[in-house]
Amino acid sequence: MTIDHELIIVGGGPAGLTAGLYAARAKLDVVLLEKGATGGQVLNTDWVDNYPGFPDGLSGFDLADKMTAQAKRFELEIKQTPIIGMDLKHDIKTLHLEEGGTLTCKTLILATGARPNHIDIPGEAEFAARGVSYCATCDAPFYRGRTVAVIGGGNTAIQEAGHLTKFADKVYVIHRRDELRATKILQEKVFANNKIEFIWDTIPTAITGDNTGVTGIELKNVKTDTASKLAVEGVFVLIGIQPNNEMIPLDQLETENGFIITDKEMLTSVPGVFAAGDLISKNFRQIANAVGEATTACLSAEHYLAHLK
Amino acid sequence: MASDKITEVSDADFDEKVLKAALPTLVDFWAPWCGPCKAIGPMIDELADEYDGKVQICKMNVDDSPETPGKYGIRAIPTLIFFKDGEVADQVTGAVGKPQLKAMMDK
Repeated sequence: MTIDHELIIVGGGPAGLTAGLYAARAKLDVVLLEKGATGGQVLNTDWVDNYPGFPDGLSGFDLADKMTAQAKRFELEIKQTPIIGMDLKHDIKTLHLEEGGTLTCKTLILATGARPNHIDIPGEAEFAARGVSYCATCDAPFYRGRTVAVIGGGNTAIQEAGHLTKFADKVYVIHRRDELRATKILQEKVFANNKIEFIWDTIPTAITGDNTGVTGIELKNVKTDTASKLAVEGVFVLIGIQPNNEMIPLDQLETENGFIITDKEMLTSVPGVFAAGDLISKNFRQIANAVGEATTACLSAEHYLAHLK
Repeated sequence: MASDKITEVSDADFDEKVLKAALPTLVDFWAPWCGPCKAIGPMIDELADEYDGKVQICKMNVDDSPETPGKYGIRAIPTLIFFKDGEVADQVTGAVGKPQLKAMMDK
């Protein structure tokens, strides 16, 4: 049986691109598979201020672009093809491609990342991209002079609420608790912003609209059980993430809430299969630690290959 | 490098260049501030070359041309709309992959 590649990396965000950079530079027989454009969630980030080496910060797109260019400088092969399944039960790992056919490899790095959670209330799916958004950076400029609601209280929600005030006249932040989980520095900024109004202890129950898109949101106070309505033209759902694991056989490796469990060398419960970035089970999800994990994952994969021989 | 097969369209010439086009037309609604829009740019260029003569590929900058995206209810980009005979045949929002766009245009 011929094996297609020594190493396959699945996912082209910061983790995948870093693993790809190390592998290509080490002249491994490697291919990186990505379903869309490289860059991952960083593409949806307006501005990155905490990635070391860029003292003035840079846009998420620029960082993604530079990471892609750096990996390509070492001739990393990036193939745009979605994966629909994989078999990890044998020494040779097999990936099933959406376009048909399979790719096999000796060792695998999973770096498929995560995506925003949906809130699963009436109107959410109906008005997706017509007023319901999961990315303020992408969509904020459509709300110039308008009123919008942000759902959530974490770092992303609070950072994006601030970003939205550059365009919207009024930003309601709807949070199910009476305090924020976001970091202190973000909280201070957002409390000083007079375009932002907090609605505490409240959850959304429905998103309403007409043929022009979203026109309002229905709310319920969880302490008093009181229902209310707000007229808004945009609803930004920023309530955490879920792993992109649909293509991963979760019965074949250990996971926690759908996130892949790794050891400190980024090995999963399956020999020869490593994982890095937002896909793995961990407390903190930053670009910098994704990149660090991917470095370890790639060096571990190299070590694994060397011992196969 | 942007493909020379891509047609830039605006509010002023959208009717003429897209709705009255002889060929089926894919319009990429984008803006310079949108990271995912820029990220899919090279793929749109490739599609323009691959579908030359079969599908017209257009780009509309939504900052310069706000009316047309408003008319189609676009409040998120990148949005790609596939027009046939002046009607919306299909549309998709987000940094989609090439296979998905090809499937849309091959239908």
